[in-house]
Amino acid sequence: MIAFIVRRTLLAIPTLIFISLIAFLIIQLPPGDYVTAYAAQLRQSGEHLTAVQESLLRDRMGLNDPILLQYWRWITAIVLRGDFGYSLEWNAPVSSLIWDRLAITLALSSISLVITWAIAIPVGVYSATRQYSVLDYVFTVFGFLGKGTPDFLLALILMWISFVYLNMDVGGLFSTQYQNAPWSMGKVINLLQHLWIPLVVLSTGGAAGLIRVMRANMLDEMGKPYVETAYAQGLSERQVVWNYPVRVALNPFISTVGWALPALFSGDVITAVVLNLPTTGPLLLQALKMQDMYLAGSFILILSLFTVVGTLFSDILLAWFDPRIRYA
Amino acid sequence: MTEQSIADEPINKRKEELYSARPWQLIWRRFRKHVLAVVSMWFLILLGVSALFAEFVAPYDPVTFERLRTLAPPTGVHLFHEGQFVGPFVYALERTRDAETTRVTYVHDTEEVLPIRFFFAGDAYSMFGLFTTEIHLFGVEGRRQQVNLLGTDDLGRDVFSRLIHGARVSLSAGLVGVAFAFVLGLALGSISGYFGGWIDSSIQRLMEFIRSIPTIPLWMGLAAALPIAWDPIFVYVLITFILALIGWTYLARVVRGQFLAIRNEDYVLAARLAGASEYRIITKHMLPSMTSYIIAALTLAVPEMILGETALSFLGLGLRPPVVSWGVLLQDAQNLRSISLAPWLLSPGVAVVVTVLAFNFLGDGLRDAADPYGQ
Repeated sequence: MIAFIVRRTLLAIPTLIFISLIAFLIIQLPPGDYVTAYAAQLRQSGEHLTAVQESLLRDRMGLNDPILLQYWRWITAIVLRGDFGYSLEWNAPVSSLIWDRLAITLALSSISLVITWAIAIPVGVYSATRQYSVLDYVFTVFGFLGKGTPDFLLALILMWISFVYLNMDVGGLFSTQYQNAPWSMGKVINLLQHLWIPLVVLSTGGAAGLIRVMRANMLDEMGKPYVETAYAQGLSERQVVWNYPVRVALNPFISTVGWALPALFSGDVITAVVLNLPTTGPLLLQALKMQDMYLAGSFILILSLFTVVGTLFSDILLAWFDPRIRYA
Repeated sequence: MTEQSIADEPINKRKEELYSARPWQLIWRRFRKHVLAVVSMWFLILLGVSALFAEFVAPYDPVTFERLRTLAPPTGVHLFHEGQFVGPFVYALERTRDAETTRVTYVHDTEEVLPIRFFFAGDAYSMFGLFTTEIHLFGVEGRRQQVNLLGTDDLGRDVFSRLIHGARVSLSAGLVGVAFAFVLGLALGSISGYFGGWIDSSIQRLMEFIRSIPTIPLWMGLAAALPIAWDPIFVYVLITFILALIGWTYLARVVRGQFLAIRNEDYVLAARLAGASEYRIITKHMLPSMTSYIIAALTLAVPEMILGETALSFLGLGLRPPVVSWGVLLQDAQNLRSISLAPWLLSPGVAVVVTVLAFNFLGDGLRDAADPYGQ
């Protein structure tokens, strides 16, 4: 087991290196560089950079060095000093901007992951054990609808309904009067009032797909002889279902935790833009539009990093959960 | 077989037909039983044809402003006027201003009946750049009167017309994106599945790696790098390519799985013993056996692409106006104020959902029908 974990962790390292390369590539992709953007910014405020000054700046920042050297400088700064570079637009180090937003993103994503599972597992089990019942059809329709609806559309519709029909103020995580207020009971309630829309949006998309997976897995397992044996031994239906086929049917769930994370982060980006949440999404979008590339690259790097760690975690979990997979 | 014997032995005939049927006929027969898939197929064909002939189907030009008809609600199509059947018609729309709030309001004038004329002569347009005509599928007569099946937007443009024109861009973006993804996925998937060994495992690592990056941020990063000033057509091609760059992994996985499954079949061994080249074995012997799977997988990949394009354009990183796509249209519905004032601006979103669902059902039906061990 320990050997498996060690090997799996070692395998994640080249992936991480690759991801950092991609993130760096995205930083480099737009035409022009930091100095071009900086010069344009100065020009707007009426100042002017001569070509000589520009090239001097480039020299000093090392922008004339080979790409690989620049990458090396960027990545070592991150790894050794936690220095993610400098955000042009905000005029502040990237690391001072991203951490609280990342924390909220991570919190939102993990809560919705839990909700996704809490919906998908019981519903999938129910659909499989009561195949072709009315509720099974209802859930099937829900599953297809959830798969076909883009996250942002669901967010828009929920926002519209709660604004027009429920008379609630939506968007953001707090109402204006609580924005900077210290924590209190009212603030918590206010937070919950705002939180439900993003949570519903983020979890339904994932739950819709997982219900189908869970149902299919359960149907495969339900017909197997060991289930029949368990019935024959006189166990109640509840005991049989939850102790035997569910455990096996859960394996694909666990192995896709890693994939659920990138999907959640992706969903979060657009949902957060629509709902104006203080997560990574709006800031990433803004950074990309303004070509504030160090900020954008850092976001992509860290979100991907979370995903790799998530995948690693789910692989280990899977090996621990299913004895057949061990050391494979 | 004479007509006499057919009447005598209907069962034998059915059996014979079943045994002598070509694979495609068998697939079609199984597919036909899938009602939802067949309905979806007809819906998609209808949508595709309308999108192809958008200028004809749409009653108005998608970019013409109508200053005196901004944010008009959908005009309902009626059949009966005061208890009498008059065929499809709409009531005229009166534009008034609220005296207190000075907000523009629209009132249906239930006295004035505007029958819908088919093959109506409206604005002139050029069809595929071949000939100029002014015939539209439908329209209404009357000064300053329009039939807006889905209302108008804040510049007075007909939402239905824009939706049909947007279908052209959004659907084709899905199809072109899948075509790119198909080439990549087929090439890498077949190489991976056929050769196995270290080639297989390195391609597998690459695919896992691509899947492990959150899609939308990566798409956004790549799309943001496209200069704004470029030709919209060029941007369009690049956007579809960016979508494909990530979407191919799914297709490659399907192809690889199939290759692994049939690599050790006898007929492949026979072809190899007969001295066929690797290229010939892959293209002439192995690929034909999985065409149906690949078509099903392709159908299921289209909605992903459409959703991706919509999301990117919605965020303002994909296609940009004046190009009309569903994502671009949804940009108008981005804030709460406009959708509470004009909920019909969400209709492109409904179009996205319905289209994506139709592709999913069609793909599911095809996949079930393509399974040779099915009923």
